[in-house]
Amino acid sequence: MYKPNDLIFRTTTSLIAFILLGFSIYLLLAGHNSPGGGFIGGLMTSAAIILMYMAYGSDILRKILPVNYRMLIPTGLLIAAGTGIGSFLFQQPFLSHTYNHFHLPVFGDLELATAMLFDFGVYFTVLGVTVTIILSIAEDR
Amino acid sequence: MEIIILILAGVLFATAIYNLLQKQLLRLIIGSVLLSHGAHLFLLTMGELKRGNPPILTEGISEYTDPLPQALILTSIVISFGITSLLLVLAYRTSNENNTDNMEQLRGNENE
Amino acid sequence: MSNLAVLPIIIPLIAGIILAFFPKKLALVRTLTKVFIIGNLAVAGFSAWHVFNHGSIILETGDWAAPYGIIIVADQLSVLLVLTTNIMAAACAFYAPYSLPDRKERYYFYTFFFFLITGVSGAFLTGDIFNLFVFFEVLLMASYALIVLGGDKVQLRESVKYVFINLFSSMLFVTAVGFLYGTVGTVNMAQIAQRVQEVDQQGILTAIGILLFFVFAVKAALFPLYYWMPKSYAVPNPVISALFGALLTKVGIYSIIRVFSLIFIHRIDLTHEVFIWIAGLSMIFGVIGALSTNNIKLIIAYNIIPAIGFILWGIGVFNQEAVSGAIYYLIHDMIIKASLFLLVGTIAYAAGTSDLRKFSGLIHYYPFLGWLLFVSGFVLAGIPPFSGFIGKLLLLKGSLADEKVAVVIIALLSSLLILYSIMKIFIRGFWGEKDDTFEPKPVKGRTAPVVALLALSVFLGIGAEFIYPSVESISRYLLDPANYINAVLEG
Repeated sequence: MYKPNDLIFRTTTSLIAFILLGFSIYLLLAGHNSPGGGFIGGLMTSAAIILMYMAYGSDILRKILPVNYRMLIPTGLLIAAGTGIGSFLFQQPFLSHTYNHFHLPVFGDLELATAMLFDFGVYFTVLGVTVTIILSIAEDR
Repeated sequence: MEIIILILAGVLFATAIYNLLQKQLLRLIIGSVLLSHGAHLFLLTMGELKRGNPPILTEGISEYTDPLPQALILTSIVISFGITSLLLVLAYRTSNENNTDNMEQLRGNENE
Repeated sequence: MSNLAVLPIIIPLIAGIILAFFPKKLALVRTLTKVFIIGNLAVAGFSAWHVFNHGSIILETGDWAAPYGIIIVADQLSVLLVLTTNIMAAACAFYAPYSLPDRKERYYFYTFFFFLITGVSGAFLTGDIFNLFVFFEVLLMASYALIVLGGDKVQLRESVKYVFINLFSSMLFVTAVGFLYGTVGTVNMAQIAQRVQEVDQQGILTAIGILLFFVFAVKAALFPLYYWMPKSYAVPNPVISALFGALLTKVGIYSIIRVFSLIFIHRIDLTHEVFIWIAGLSMIFGVIGALSTNNIKLIIAYNIIPAIGFILWGIGVFNQEAVSGAIYYLIHDMIIKASLFLLVGTIAYAAGTSDLRKFSGLIHYYPFLGWLLFVSGFVLAGIPPFSGFIGKLLLLKGSLADEKVAVVIIALLSSLLILYSIMKIFIRGFWGEKDDTFEPKPVKGRTAPVVALLALSVFLGIGAEFIYPSVESISRYLLDPANYINAVLEG
């Protein structure tokens, strides 16, 4: 039986993947008002997923992350388009966004923007597209 | 500074076109990637290269970089990212189906 | 009310997204497709009515005022083209279930179909040159997916070429937009037009104009840059060929109309004079291509090139009558090309091959198809009283008024050869010896959309009285860029 010699790779992956995931979430949430955004957040998350895939293989990955990546694409697009259309309800031009300050128990004073919802849509779309493409090539034997 | 970047963009364009004229699929893809890099670098230069604060709405900032080229480049990067990944899949399928990555040896019946 | 302008872009986008959730449930997907496309057609019709009666609709997205934000401009030309797009898209949606194998339909055909319409409508409606690029990419992405749908060898071969040539021209587009931004410092088309008239570096602007023309000429398949087009349009399924043939090249020529009637009008003697020659050469070479082949799908695909030539001719002459003729011809050609591609697809299905040398005597089995083709040939070539005639008559009057005789002769000659290239299918495929071993297949559902499109096309010719006034008001509007600039920047 073929046994890969990848101890160092696997050990570091378990560390790096979670740093990547955490940082990608930070980028996603910061995106609407400082450097970052849904696109690079999504790319970074998919980088983490691909890294885990390379280290552990697709069977284990499918067990720990039972997500249909193909479905993420329309979901993300629907969220993104929905935030644009949401402005129709308030008699505003298409794609109008707004923000407000909220006081939440744990986080304190927080600025929440509807542009962040748009970023979520982009995030899911990019994640879905990237992982679908790379996995569909990688799993094709 | 602008001149150097423009020359670099020109070199990228030249390399890209050299690669686009090859017959191997992978070289064509590399050519297209280099082409988009050249175009993006060029677009960035058109908005003047200058140092300053990021173009984000904060009070009391007088010197800031031009946000528009950056927005344009980001859009264009996303698009070329999408097209490049599509091209890779397409090239992979094509070379699998035809058992060759030479553009001149691709086959298929036209009159079906 | 201004949100009305963006609805023809949003409805197909949402439709495509919703259909992507359950691509395998074909019955549901087909029904929803028809509902959405009819709904979109109704919205496009209403917005056309609104624009023609109450003036252009300007939408400043995100509530950012005009020169800074992204704007959507629904003026008369845009809404008319969006309406035509939706009419032919509806015909394709009704044709698709008969023509596509279930396997291909399941592979997100309807999603990409709607994304293609999103991109086309967006390209017609945007008022921002960078967004024109973005919508070009949206429709090209959808077309990349559609052209490889199914993944036959020949499709893969043609789509590789198709993707690379379009990628190359897109990157040139970005570069041209970069030049334009560096020179005039804006990407809003109305503001560019305003500043181009004030700037004194006319030379560099002409160079940028030619670069942009090159980009659009690749997309529109004009004379020296058409070699990629016929084969890649002929290889996919007929319904996809119809969408491509009727929409994609037309978006390219629409961009030329928009940009060279609004922005680059400072050196008409140079740019527009070149257009006339390119138009003439496109007519000659396109029709030679159509005569040179025996593949019936390729004949129709080659016939796109002279049609684009006719439209460019009108822009080149650039007076009231010629521009009216170009717009009339554009509308006419979108409808008749879609109907011809669908018709020829039906014939190829009925005959079992698209090689003209391998079938004959089809009129014994399909008399109706034969006469449909006969009428289509007349409409395409512009025999009076059909719609091609009205467009060509206006073009002729316009260019004779400007004493451009050479191109008139070329155009008349190529019209005759276009008629011959279609009649060649009729003579060789429908007449000729009856093949007794032939077993006819049912084609009933496939002919209905073709008949509908052809009827509309015939109406465009016979009912020219109804349509001509609006076409004339569009060309008056286009010839004076101040109309557009004022509507966007001060409205």
